[in-house]
Amino acid sequence: MTNPLLRRIGLALAAPVLAAVFALVISALVLELSGSDSIDTFRTIGSNGLKLETFVDTLNRATPLFLAGVAAAIGFRMNLFNIGVEGQYILAGFAAAVVGAELNAYALPGFVHTAAIIGTAMLVGAAWAGLSGLLKVTRGINEVISTIMLNFIATGGIVAALLPKVITDPTAANQGTDEIAERAWLPELNGLLEIVTREIGKGRRLTGVFLIAVIVGVIYHVVVNRTVFGYDLRSSGMNPFAAFAGGVPPKKMVFLAMVLSGLVAGLVGMPEILSENHAYDQGFIQGLGFGGIAIALLGRNSALGMTFAALLFGFLDSSSAVLQVQASASAEIVKIMQATFLLAAVVAYEFVSRIRQRDEVARASVATDVAVDSAAIGGASA
Amino acid sequence: MTWLTNLPAWARWAGAAALGMLLLTIVQSVSGTELLTEEGTAQAMVRWSIPILLAGLGGLYSERAGIVNIGLEGMMILGTWFGAWGALNWGPWGGLLAGLVGGALGGLLHAIATVSFGVDQIISGVAINILAPGLTRYLSERVFSGEAGGSVSQSPRVDGFDSFTVPGLADGLGTIRDQDIFWISDMAGFARGLVAEMSFFTLFGLLMVPLSGWLLWKTKVGLRLRICGENPIAGESLGVNIYGHKYLGVIISGALSGLAGAFIVLELAGLYRGGQTTGRGFIGLAALVFGNWRAIGVLAGSLLFSYPFGLSLVDFNAESSGEATRAVLLVIAIALVGVAVWAFRANKRNDVILAGLIAAIALIWYLSTDTAASWLPNTMPYALVLIVLFFASQRLRGPRTAGLPYRKGET
Repeated sequence: MTNPLLRRIGLALAAPVLAAVFALVISALVLELSGSDSIDTFRTIGSNGLKLETFVDTLNRATPLFLAGVAAAIGFRMNLFNIGVEGQYILAGFAAAVVGAELNAYALPGFVHTAAIIGTAMLVGAAWAGLSGLLKVTRGINEVISTIMLNFIATGGIVAALLPKVITDPTAANQGTDEIAERAWLPELNGLLEIVTREIGKGRRLTGVFLIAVIVGVIYHVVVNRTVFGYDLRSSGMNPFAAFAGGVPPKKMVFLAMVLSGLVAGLVGMPEILSENHAYDQGFIQGLGFGGIAIALLGRNSALGMTFAALLFGFLDSSSAVLQVQASASAEIVKIMQATFLLAAVVAYEFVSRIRQRDEVARASVATDVAVDSAAIGGASA
Repeated sequence: MTWLTNLPAWARWAGAAALGMLLLTIVQSVSGTELLTEEGTAQAMVRWSIPILLAGLGGLYSERAGIVNIGLEGMMILGTWFGAWGALNWGPWGGLLAGLVGGALGGLLHAIATVSFGVDQIISGVAINILAPGLTRYLSERVFSGEAGGSVSQSPRVDGFDSFTVPGLADGLGTIRDQDIFWISDMAGFARGLVAEMSFFTLFGLLMVPLSGWLLWKTKVGLRLRICGENPIAGESLGVNIYGHKYLGVIISGALSGLAGAFIVLELAGLYRGGQTTGRGFIGLAALVFGNWRAIGVLAGSLLFSYPFGLSLVDFNAESSGEATRAVLLVIAIALVGVAVWAFRANKRNDVILAGLIAAIALIWYLSTDTAASWLPNTMPYALVLIVLFFASQRLRGPRTAGLPYRKGET
């Protein structure tokens, strides 16, 4: 590969492709070692992937993962590790469900009701994340520790303490908040998809939050890459001292990045609240915050990369359900695949970035050699 | 007060513990509960502190070698599964060893990623935390679900270690306890809980504290390991094998976390269950920070953080369930008033206001309730971590280059 452009493109693709191959090999090994047929398992996953219903399911699962990924990525861009997306979205989802149920009693237009729910979620998420930011800025407490602690305080403390107080029917099978009135539900987007496809069966409904995720993705991309604020954010992440010298207040940036991260984190639970359960109950989906961190790492914090990563993980999650039904192999193999892929990918990224650096050094030294040579020739001729 | 700072660390912590006991005794007499310094409370506290302690010590080795290990939780999860599997096949010692090996494998993975490949340490740790539950779930589905009492998320029951009582000491402390002398008898009773009916695994965990302190601060290996965390480039110039010692630190870290997992399975739960670590690896990390990256400090942190939980175990089984846990609120309030006074003398106005504010909240909470809710003890350790870090974070100092990437030959 002598062509530098080809080499650059090759390097960019090499990492994820290598990681994917590695993950497939490892999972095949695990499957074979534990007595399952790996080819058969992969075929099941593959043939399932071609179905339209799987596609809808994948989009539904990818939507909250992508949002959680963006939330984590906003922090990562600044070298801030918001491990607390988990607690932020669960607390936000709970608060939004409570507010949503309370508003049932008032005569409101549907969109106001919806907006109030989404607004509550975003504000609560932002406040909870902002608390970590504040602790870091005022007291220098590492955000990794504080967000982890706040995760536990949010889920084991606040939600556990308040949930029993809002349950109106203590005999219900799944204890939770009251269902939100239908006017506030987000419309399903099946119609949108069916413009280009056949009718979607099996009762699959594409969540309306999908559109919100697309909008968030676009805003994220534009703000980070095309605005002064995004530039400040990235530069303080890369070199806080240089950014400070350039007039970017580091403390303010830390706090803002945490708040924005929490703002997006608040949206992660919205598919549950606005499209699926319309309530917060004990079965409220957990683990999306950590999934989002994986998405941000895989997608290298870029909107496009995270889109692919979320779709991939969403698809794998969806396959896990199929494997469960068909019982040809443990559905848990999917989790192993995801985690190996993630580990392999971060190693491969690091590897590729080192090759890039070496290229850069080589290019620079060639350039200086040329400059020195021509200077020497110039000196000789004079 | 130079004599105070000249005391050895264990003596200072012992003094702090005695003062803490005095506070507990006073609160106890005010709020009419007897559980705060009860023998059973001490016993539960120690038992539940061991996983936190082992994970915290694990973090100590790793961070002293310059590698931040967020993956403690994941390695602990590996320890739970391997511990149960080993115990099912070869009894408790097999479980202990298998848990150790399982955790060490997780540590090896972290070391390969961070030391050899230079992956960001937090990222690798997060990845391990995602990998471990998936892997153990897969393994249980394959191994445990075929057996009686086992399933995809649970192993059959396993046996734990035998327990023993330190002879003489326990009787002596029992005698002092029965004398009913204010503070002294409470301390004796509490201490008796620490030496009576102790499991061998608990003893094993506690012995890791002096062992780690000795290994890290009194041996050559320890010195070399610590230079990896303070100034690897200087170490390199002296011919220290930095990569090798970093590997060593992170693998020991994983092994100790694995032991923590095995302890949960063998001593606390009696079986493997998915999600049973409940974030103890992270509390271990917090105990490490609280203990200022010292072995004895980690012990103090893990005892402090497991106290509310140990108390709640005794408290919520007792008749007046929740009363003693409520009394802890008063303890916190008084301790924070102490912090406020100290901050006032040090002329830190903001600290005085904040400590006073939190103390007031705790006091009002105490006064306005009769019993504590059952969720409170589960949350207290985490809140405690934040409060401690809030007032003390600027006095704590970790290894200088922990978390930073290091490549041989680069400055």
